[in-house]
Amino acid sequence: MATGIRDKVAIIGMGCTRFGERWDCSAEDLMVEAFVECLADAGIEKKEIQAAYLGTHFDEVNVGKAALSLAITLKLPFLPVTRVDNYCATATEAFRAAVYSVAAGAYDIVLALGVEKLKDTGYGGLPGGAGRGVKAFMEQANMTAPGMFAQLATAYSAKWGVPMDKIKDAIAHVSMKSHANGALNPRAHLRNVVTEEQIKKSPMIAYPLGLFDCCGVSDGSAAAIVTTPEIARSLKPNQSMVKVKALQIVCSSGEEEMYTEWDGAHFATTRIAASRAYSEAGIEDPRQELSMTEVHDCFSITEMVTMEDLHISPKGGAYEDIMSGFYDLKGEVPCQIDGGLKCFGHPIGASGLRMIYAVYEQLLDRVPEERKVRNPRLGLTHNLGGYPWKNVAAISIIGRD
Amino acid sequence: MVGIVKHGGYVPRYRLDRRKIYGAMGWMDPSTGANARGEKAVANFDEDSITIGVAAGLDCLRGMDRSKVEGLYFASTTMPYKERLNAGILTAALGLRDEVRSADFSGGLKAGTTALLAALEGVQSGGARNIMVSAADCRLGRPASAEEMIFGDAAAAFVLGGEDVIAEYKGSYSITYDFGDHYRGEFAKFDRKWEDRWIRDLGYEKFVPLAVNGLLSKYGLKISDFTTVIYDCHYAAARSKLNKILGIAPDNVQSNFQAEIGQSGAAQSLVMLSAALERAKPGDKLLVVSFGSGCDALFFEVTEQIDMKKDCCGISGCLAKRADLDSYEKYLVWRDILPADLGMRSEEDLWTRWSALWRSRREVLGLWGNRCTKCSTPQFPAQRVCTNPACGAVDEYEDYLFSDKKGRIMSYTGDMLAASYNPPAIYGAVAFDGGGKYYFDFTDCILEDLGTGMPVGLSFRRKYFDKRRGISGYFWKAVPVKEVE
Repeated sequence: MATGIRDKVAIIGMGCTRFGERWDCSAEDLMVEAFVECLADAGIEKKEIQAAYLGTHFDEVNVGKAALSLAITLKLPFLPVTRVDNYCATATEAFRAAVYSVAAGAYDIVLALGVEKLKDTGYGGLPGGAGRGVKAFMEQANMTAPGMFAQLATAYSAKWGVPMDKIKDAIAHVSMKSHANGALNPRAHLRNVVTEEQIKKSPMIAYPLGLFDCCGVSDGSAAAIVTTPEIARSLKPNQSMVKVKALQIVCSSGEEEMYTEWDGAHFATTRIAASRAYSEAGIEDPRQELSMTEVHDCFSITEMVTMEDLHISPKGGAYEDIMSGFYDLKGEVPCQIDGGLKCFGHPIGASGLRMIYAVYEQLLDRVPEERKVRNPRLGLTHNLGGYPWKNVAAISIIGRD
Repeated sequence: MVGIVKHGGYVPRYRLDRRKIYGAMGWMDPSTGANARGEKAVANFDEDSITIGVAAGLDCLRGMDRSKVEGLYFASTTMPYKERLNAGILTAALGLRDEVRSADFSGGLKAGTTALLAALEGVQSGGARNIMVSAADCRLGRPASAEEMIFGDAAAAFVLGGEDVIAEYKGSYSITYDFGDHYRGEFAKFDRKWEDRWIRDLGYEKFVPLAVNGLLSKYGLKISDFTTVIYDCHYAAARSKLNKILGIAPDNVQSNFQAEIGQSGAAQSLVMLSAALERAKPGDKLLVVSFGSGCDALFFEVTEQIDMKKDCCGISGCLAKRADLDSYEKYLVWRDILPADLGMRSEEDLWTRWSALWRSRREVLGLWGNRCTKCSTPQFPAQRVCTNPACGAVDEYEDYLFSDKKGRIMSYTGDMLAASYNPPAIYGAVAFDGGGKYYFDFTDCILEDLGTGMPVGLSFRRKYFDKRRGISGYFWKAVPVKEVE
């Protein structure tokens, strides 16, 4: 009988580059930057790492396929290194692979590293056709990411009878909050404070989403070194231990896309992944028990809907929580504590590990007072890769013991 | 009895006021002001002669079992492919069986009537019980030319057969001349012509009477025997003169829709014939004359069946569903005359994987999905494992056509980021009545028209155009029903 991952693996080191327009850096430079910080934080020597997983998505502007680039860039000494890719959940997949390798007893110390070099695409958003397959361009609507997720708003409005101007108010607050949090974070991509009025007046990208409803397209890398709790305790006897409480990945079966009953106003995968993650972590009431969340706010409407799918806000009721400041940095369950995808940035293959990093540094009290959450004990991170109607949702929960 | 069994027509939604063209380009040649009246029909950016030929074909097939169609002839001088049977694309899009004979008729502008004759004679000979003909053209005049104003885009389609005929085919008379009035060489995008006076005085005023009189004398008829005379000539003065020369009573001449559509090339005489049939009565005699590298004259007599088959939307229905094309520059961009910057996304390489298209041809061109025979769930694209989570049957399905279904908008957006000839790119989720769902591009609408729950139908459109390889790719898009019904 499977018992899940709870408390079986600890994080002993993490690193995260500054995200942003890193014109002077290659993907390899970013890997080194994240790794150097991660290894120093772990307090081990490179030769103690026994296996590694590389997460990266757009191979065209990155490091190519396979995982050789990680092994060669870091000069990992003939280790088993594997590349993983699962859309925007890629880095969480790399983390999960590392964590499971340790839990399985296959290795003692494993590295997970995610990287993406998006600013070499030449686009102000993601490339259009990438990664969708041969049939997509023959049939699929002329979609970009904001247009896919914008449809959540029209469907949500129809499902819950919330008029579009109220949705605009709520998602403007979402973006305003991320800008406020990002402004405090020196490693964030976008660091300007903006008002809800500025957000609502920004140029339309995909109705009803304006420019400020969309996340940053960034370069960046993040990394984690994981091990068993026993080894972690021996390596860091004087430090709180950050343990993995839950790791859940849920992929669409095609039901939302092709079967008529899905309403287009929620993420079926996130709902299921959250329930499984809470069960694995032993959480009964996430609204009371979670100290903070980092969710996949690729677009502001995604965050709004996700807060319901994580069973924190009531279904159809995210508006009140958002507007009341419930998710603000000093609110009850702060969300996007480092600025989120919106402002910290979204290099696809690094995002999941960046989120875990944000929670990790809070759990270890490594952030200055102005961006500290109250009594950080347990944090949830959430990725969503793909389309609202067919996607992979990834949730990790880590906590301080 | 052999003749027309069904007919249908299509005129694109957008109409360009000719004064807009004159306002933009009249400075180059003020004489084009003579043509700056009325409006011309303009294919949307995602339409071409294939897609409008399909639209006319679908209109024609309303209420008819399409599996009964045994052949398809496509007539056009603006076919997107020189090699690759254009009629083959129409055949798949119209959801016809694979066991059909098909051919492209092109070159001379009389290709439409020639295809009609070939189909009629094919049925007459007993080679097929019925054959469908679709004629469509989207000709381009060079900016500042008279032809830019005169030409308009339209299509018409007919099923010719031996049963339940609404207009009996009584006979024909043809002439062929190598007459270089208008011509386009192998790589020409725009029409070229010789002097108007020559075309009018020698061409129309000689050839049309030759064809008409040839038919009259062949069958011992008088022009006054015909209820409606349909002939293709866009010169207004020449039409008046020809009516006099031929002795056609003004009430008996069919409008050429120059003020509403424009000269639609190989489709012109068939568009006029379809419009004439919309108001024809049993016993009416129709004379159809095409013009272009000669003339075909065809003689039909309307039967009692005409009153039972008034189910097409037709030319008149399409004329009523017009929308202004608000700018001449938009027309130039849509036709790829003005090289506008669509952004880097438009430069992504569109490699058509022909073997993949072949495997998916029924899905891509015909919008065929399947329906689970265990739980009856329709699904698009076709699935081998049933998508209903409570079913999951494997390989228990039957073919299911989605292109003739209606659906409702579940969600939508207007996307300014996507590369589009008509931004914002509008698309969204359509839940089909009866089950099944897909995310489609929406066309022939503006964002402000849309709402969740709104009914939509499907329209066959150009999905992409790969300029590097000269390839047009096709798929279906959703159109708000108030615009197509």
